[in-house]
Amino acid sequence: MNWLVKTFSRRHNWSIPYLIFLLIFVVLPMILIVYYAFHDADGNMTLRNFTKFISNAEAANTFVYSIGIAIITTLLCILLGYPAAYILSNSELCRSKVMVVLFILPMWINILVRTLATVALFDFLSLPLGEGALIFGMVYNFLPFMIYPIYNTMQKMDHSYIEAAQDLGASPMKVFTKVMVPLSMPGVMSGVMMVFMPTISTFAIAELLTMNNIKLFGTTIQENINNGMWNYGAALSLIMLVIIFATNLFSDEDDTSTTNEGGII
Amino acid sequence: MKDSNFIIELNHISKRFGDKVVLDDVSLFVKKGEFVTILGPSGCGKTTLLRILAGFGTASEGEIRIAGEQMTDIPPHLRPVNTVFQRYALFPHLNVYDNIAFGLKLKKVKADEIDMRVRRALKMVGMTDYEWRDVNSLSGGQQQRVAIARAIINQPQVLLLDEPLAALDLKMRKDMQMELKQMHKELGITFVYVTHDQEEALTLSDTIVVMSEGRVQQIGTPIDIYNEPSNAFVADFIGESNILNGTMIKDKAVSFLGHEFECVDKGFGENTPVDVVIRPEDIYIMARTDSGMFNGVVQSCIFKGVHYEMTVNTAEGYEIMIQDYNAFEAGQEVSMIIKPSDIHVMKKERLCNSFDGVMVDSTHVEILGASFVCAEQADIEGGEKVKVEVAFEKIELMDNKDDGVVEGDVRFILYKGDHYHLTIRTENGDNLYVNTCDVWDDRDIVGIKIQPEDLKITKA
Repeated sequence: MNWLVKTFSRRHNWSIPYLIFLLIFVVLPMILIVYYAFHDADGNMTLRNFTKFISNAEAANTFVYSIGIAIITTLLCILLGYPAAYILSNSELCRSKVMVVLFILPMWINILVRTLATVALFDFLSLPLGEGALIFGMVYNFLPFMIYPIYNTMQKMDHSYIEAAQDLGASPMKVFTKVMVPLSMPGVMSGVMMVFMPTISTFAIAELLTMNNIKLFGTTIQENINNGMWNYGAALSLIMLVIIFATNLFSDEDDTSTTNEGGII
Repeated sequence: MKDSNFIIELNHISKRFGDKVVLDDVSLFVKKGEFVTILGPSGCGKTTLLRILAGFGTASEGEIRIAGEQMTDIPPHLRPVNTVFQRYALFPHLNVYDNIAFGLKLKKVKADEIDMRVRRALKMVGMTDYEWRDVNSLSGGQQQRVAIARAIINQPQVLLLDEPLAALDLKMRKDMQMELKQMHKELGITFVYVTHDQEEALTLSDTIVVMSEGRVQQIGTPIDIYNEPSNAFVADFIGESNILNGTMIKDKAVSFLGHEFECVDKGFGENTPVDVVIRPEDIYIMARTDSGMFNGVVQSCIFKGVHYEMTVNTAEGYEIMIQDYNAFEAGQEVSMIIKPSDIHVMKKERLCNSFDGVMVDSTHVEILGASFVCAEQADIEGGEKVKVEVAFEKIELMDNKDDGVVEGDVRFILYKGDHYHLTIRTENGDNLYVNTCDVWDDRDIVGIKIQPEDLKITKA
């Protein structure tokens, strides 16, 4: 009995359940992905899965196309999200938290529900589903993830920086470009992480909003795995993971404080 | 007023945040090249005044002129002033060089001139060779220097400094004070300096503006302010002092501490109640002799470095503070002498509390936003406006705010040798002055009660 009390009273032991969860559902699958990616269906070590990807024009094209869509989505999110975050953080323009909640609200609704609603909306307006709808759906789904980190950094920004710039002769426009924009970059960076990475791997949005006409990389992986081609699917997943990991490194280098300043809710 | 001898002209500035009056009719005129310090405790409105000068806040009323130009509604980036912020506000995304060059780059000054001026500014603040350092890697003192360089490089007409040394340790603060004074001399521009540190104000300034509760209490040179404080607040806030109740018997004769003293002040009239200020270092203390002016017993004696600080209970029951190079141990019988020129007599601001009120009925009067029971007033009808006077010692303060008729909080405490004189701010913003022997702390919340017979009511 005594050892039980002792075990539970030590704070760091409380993380054990989650550690077990991590081990089973994160670490183990990772190891499996790596294992499958470098083996063929018979369990022999091979690099054929990767050579197949490089030589297969269709898969490679889908990959490049997915990254292109992700970049466009991210850029559109910055373009729409930055002014929104600026307006939200400006207490003179926006006095209540209600506005913030309105902008964040979509995040609380399931992504599938939102996407199905978008399909219904496009139907209702008799707009064609396809690439345009896909980008619209992606931006709509991921915009809050861009707004919130930027809003967060802007809100925490020391107001005296803005006053100092004004004091040194900066017009409101110059205050914005010379101080607000550079100081809110950490927020933009976390926004990019929150948007770019998930958009590379989405497939549900693409399937629903393009009637399966446009294939994204996520769809390719899903198809392969569904068709029992575990090894090839694992290799494709690994390639995507590496890309995500690389963007992560890239933005980490830019500002180490990103994660503590621009966190999501 | 309109002649441009003055670089800064503040005419009747008031500032309200909602119901709260932060600045109440402040007027200030600063000559070109002056080092002016705005001095006051926290919450006295000094920072608000500086922000109005810089343009970060607008005055609710009043007019601002800088260098003869109307500035009341001009935004900060168009004013010929620069500010050194309390917490420096150096841009974290720029290095030292770019921080300092920020203002010049906005003005599109040529690159080689910027280069030259940045180097000169860095040299002035003693930071040569720091150009390419990251501002976050600098110590507080170094950041402070960069902040000053960033402000002075723009050659403003007026440099505003908002408690710039508050975050530095004592030794560093002293060094920076000397450097600031030197810089002021070299640059020849006007400095407006905000601080709550009275010693800093005395050291640095040509002129000190003492503020309290949003009002200017006194404007003068450091020597004037120290030697001739205009009221009890200034006397208490600047340096150490004994502030005592006294009576001006006639010109050049004042009585306090139960004795009559010769002094140099005149023109107060005869038998007028006054406040008397005596600096602790101006009281001469010696072992008990017959040639002393009054006698007492030492209560405590503390070594303060240069001098000893002693508390003495006089034979008449007053407690006074004395500073002297010689130590007299606790319990020792001593005699004291005060020179006539060291006795500073001040007119009392008020002799009792007086309020405007309204009779509710014959036994109730409304003052301080509440209804107080009073003695029956036969000749005054309900609804009539009245003047109510209450003696300082007749107001009762309760620990529990609900025990009083109204509540208030202690804003200012003045020890007067044998009692405390408190300023109480009631809920509706009126000030109440109370004499008490009980000890209260600043910002204590108290309940306020007045006995019916102590309300002196007259028709307005």
